Formats: sequence, structure tokens, C-alpha cells
Amino acid sequence: MATQHGRVGDILRNHEATLLSNWLSELSATGAHVEGRISGAKLESQAREFLRLLGEASRHGPLADIDHPESAPLRAFLEDISRSRAAQSLAADQTATFIFSFKKPLFAILREELTTDPKALADETWRATESLDKLGLYTFKAFQRSREDIIRRQQEEMLELSTPVVKLWEGILALPMIGTLDSARTQVVMESLLQRIVETGSEIAIIDITGVPTVDTLVAQHLLKTVTAIRLMGADCIISGIRPQIAQTIVHLGIDLQGITTKANLADALSVALKRSGFVVAKSTS
Amino acid sequence: MSVANSLILDLKTDRDIVRTRQTVRTLTQELNFSLVDQTKMVTAASELARNTVTHGGGGTVRCECLLEGIKQGLRLAFEDHGPGIRDLTLAMTDGWTSGTGLGLGLSGSKRLVNQFEIETKPGHGTRVIITRWK
Amino acid sequence: MDRIPILHIGEFLLVTIQVDMHDQLALTLQDDLTAKIESTGAKGVLIEISALGVVDSFIGRMISDISGMARILGAQTVLVGMQPAVALTLVELGLTLPGIKTALSAERGMKLLRSASEDRGSVDVGGQ
Repeated sequence: MATQHGRVGDILRNHEATLLSNWLSELSATGAHVEGRISGAKLESQAREFLRLLGEASRHGPLADIDHPESAPLRAFLEDISRSRAAQSLAADQTATFIFSFKKPLFAILREELTTDPKALADETWRATESLDKLGLYTFKAFQRSREDIIRRQQEEMLELSTPVVKLWEGILALPMIGTLDSARTQVVMESLLQRIVETGSEIAIIDITGVPTVDTLVAQHLLKTVTAIRLMGADCIISGIRPQIAQTIVHLGIDLQGITTKANLADALSVALKRSGFVVAKSTS
Repeated sequence: MSVANSLILDLKTDRDIVRTRQTVRTLTQELNFSLVDQTKMVTAASELARNTVTHGGGGTVRCECLLEGIKQGLRLAFEDHGPGIRDLTLAMTDGWTSGTGLGLGLSGSKRLVNQFEIETKPGHGTRVIITRWK
Repeated sequence: MDRIPILHIGEFLLVTIQVDMHDQLALTLQDDLTAKIESTGAKGVLIEISALGVVDSFIGRMISDISGMARILGAQTVLVGMQPAVALTLVELGLTLPGIKTALSAERGMKLLRSASEDRGSVDVGGQ
């Protein structure tokens, strides 16, 4: 009987030790230790865990059903090992290979068990290969996702580093922008500026665009949107670092600066900001 | 593309508009949208929910969490069987109003989302579908 | 029926919006505020929205209307504490609330209102 669930479940339970040791030798033969980046002990514990979860999953349903809610622990395990390999910058096929190399020892035992029943052998082999393929592909997808998360996080960190919001004085923040202002980048940066305004209670933000090579309509729109948002919050904005060419472009494009104060350089902008904030700068005469 | 978590809310009273905002807020939080993206989606939902209640004579909104490969998103489909919109182009122009609104509901919402579809026929009601991806 | 409380502080009225208002509640607030400006002779109205995570066109219009009515009754309105995400969304929505003063906090808002009324005061007294 047993089973639409197939013989694999039984085999996993009855031949666990053999499967494990054969699989481990297969793994080391195919270089799964990856130049020592994954220790033998770690690999063994992962293999052991995989066998256990596979056994569990096959108790509840057809092995091939990776989407089955009961397969959740198995999925979580696969995501986990994919993520750790992704974090170690290993190749994308590493985790999949880990799974696929299990086929050889499994099929060897299937052959032993079913020598007298070629049809059953064919069926079981097909069922097993189908499930293991799905599991392998799942790890590949999970690996991709992890890599993308890592890349995205690195991008965000780089973004924060390249455009820090600086507190120039009590109530005065500055945001020196460097490089081209593309849509996504500007958005992230502006959001952090707005956040800092609230956190510090600063009423003036100076956006310095000395390091921005070109200003087109799109960039101007982003800047205007940011200034409008800042004003809605109750603060104001000065744009500094407007080079003559940029001033020309603004006029030619017919961009309406809506009463935003603009200055050629950061120093002038700071001077205006200090005055507006009620500060007087005096040189000591001694 | 797969759809998970589909739920339908009634839109008949102004309390339903609040409930829609709260539901969309919860869904976008669960999908891990950034705070700004959450706010944009909730605001767009509020606009369209109000349109459905006030101009559409009441209707429903279907909220669906989408999964396309590894991309996650939220799709909201607002539907009513009201009078429909006679001049869609005009309705989508900023500042248009049927008399009781600032007129930014449709055109404004479009700017807050990634995908915006609208089907309307005078006498047959209106359907607006908005999608925002994480 | 629930209402949003309006605080009377000296010459000013302070409204702190902390709940997700349904439309009827917003309209009630508008009425209550207008009535109170009249009855107290308040010179300024502070609308505090630092706890508001969503401002849509309906609330935007409510704020505009309150500001307009207050002005007719001789009071200035200041919108206080808007969250960054809300500000960015309003800009995208196209709702820029022209002519409405804003401040980062209720304290700054009151400072703004005081200096505005001082200006008005000096014009009234000394001007022609």
C-alpha cells in the first residue's frame, strides 16, 4: 500500500544512515565544500537536516508538492541554506547542486529495493527526480532573491554615504548632492532629508547642487517637489550651487522656481539661512 | 503571476472609506512597502473609495496581494454600478470637479500608483484598478 | 456622536487630529471650529496633524475650508507637524494647499501666529 506518497518516504526512513554517508561522499566528490568555505561538519548537519525534513514532508503528502503548507519547514530550510550561501558570495548553482547530488544515492537504493518491479522502479525514479528538481529550483529562486536583497541593501547604504544630510547650524541642514540625479536616487535622498528635518526640527534645508553636472526638466521637477513637500511640513528650502549654465537651462526651460531662494554657492546660502534664523555673525576684534 | 489574499470590502458609507484605508494600510505593511509607498497607496485608495461611495452610489473594492516572480504588489479594484463617467478625459484632468470635489481624485490617484486602469460607461458604472509594486 | 476636542489657549485655538476621521467627523470639526472662532474671538487656529498618517483630498479640502472661514472671521490658520510621507504624497497628488501657513511644531506655529498678529497690530495702530 503506501502510497500515493510513494516509496521514497519509506526509503528515507529505513535507509537514512546509508543515504547520508553516500550523499556526503558524493558531495565531497563534486566539490560541495567549495574550497573549504563550508566546513565538513556544517555540510553534514545540513544534509542530515534535509533528509529529516524530506522524510517529514513525505509523511504528509506527495514529495513533489513544495507548495503544500506542510512543506513549510522544508521551504524555510531551503531558503535558509540558499541565503547563507548567497551571503558568502558562492555561485548560484551551489545550493541546487547540493540537492541534485542527492539523486545518485537515492536512486541507488531505489534500484536495490525495486529490482523485481521495473515499472515501479521507473515510476518511483520519475517521482523522485521530479520532486528533487522542484526543490533544487526552489533553492535557486531563493538564492536569487537573497542576492537581490543584498544588492539592494548595499545600494541603499551607498546612497546614504554619498548624500549625507549635514547639520550646519542649529536649525539649518545641508544636503550636498553629488552626481546625476536620477529618479530613484533622488527619491531616497529627499525622503531622508525630510526625515532629518522632522528629527532635528530644522526650519531651513539647503540643497547644494554644485556636484550635479546637468539639470533637466525632470531633475528640476524632483527638486521642486521636494521643496514643496518641505514647505508643507513647515520648513523652507534654499538651493545653492547654481552654476551659470544651470541658471541658463532653468530660464530656457521656463522652469518656475516658485519663489525658492537660490544662491550661487553654499556659503551665501548659509549666510541667508543664518540671517533668517535670527543669528548674527560677528567677527571678534581682538 | 499569482494572487494571494483576496478580500472584498463593501463601500457604502463614509465609515467604509475609513475601513478601506485601514485595510490597505495593513496589507501594505504586511507586504513591507516603504512608509512613503504605504501612504501613497492608502491615499489613492481613500480617493477612489470615496468616489465609489459618493459618486458611484456605493460599490465594492477587491484587494489582492500579487506575486510575480519575486516581485510583490497590491492590486485594488474599485467597482460600482452607478452613473458612470460621461467624459473620461475631462475627469482625468487635474482640477475637474463634478461639484463636490477638488477634482484630484482620479488624476491624482493615477500619479500615486504604478498601474492605473479605468473602465466606465455612462449608465453602467465604473471600475478602477490600481496596482502598486514593492 | 464623537467629536474632536478644540483647546482654547490664550488667543489661539488648537486642534489635534489623532484619529483616522470619517468624513462626517471632519465636517463636524469644521462646524465646531468655526463656531468656536466666533465665540472666543480667537486670532489664530493651529491644526496639529503630526499623528495623521494619511491626508487625502477630502481632508485637504477641509483644511482649506477651515483656513478660508477662519480668515473671514479674522483668524489665521497654521497647519502643524505634517509627516514627511504625507507631505510627499500630497505633492504627488497635486494638493499643495496654497496660502496656508505651516510649521514644524505647535510651538513654532504659535510663534508664527504671534508675530503675524503683531504685524497686523502695528499696521492697525500706526497705519492709515
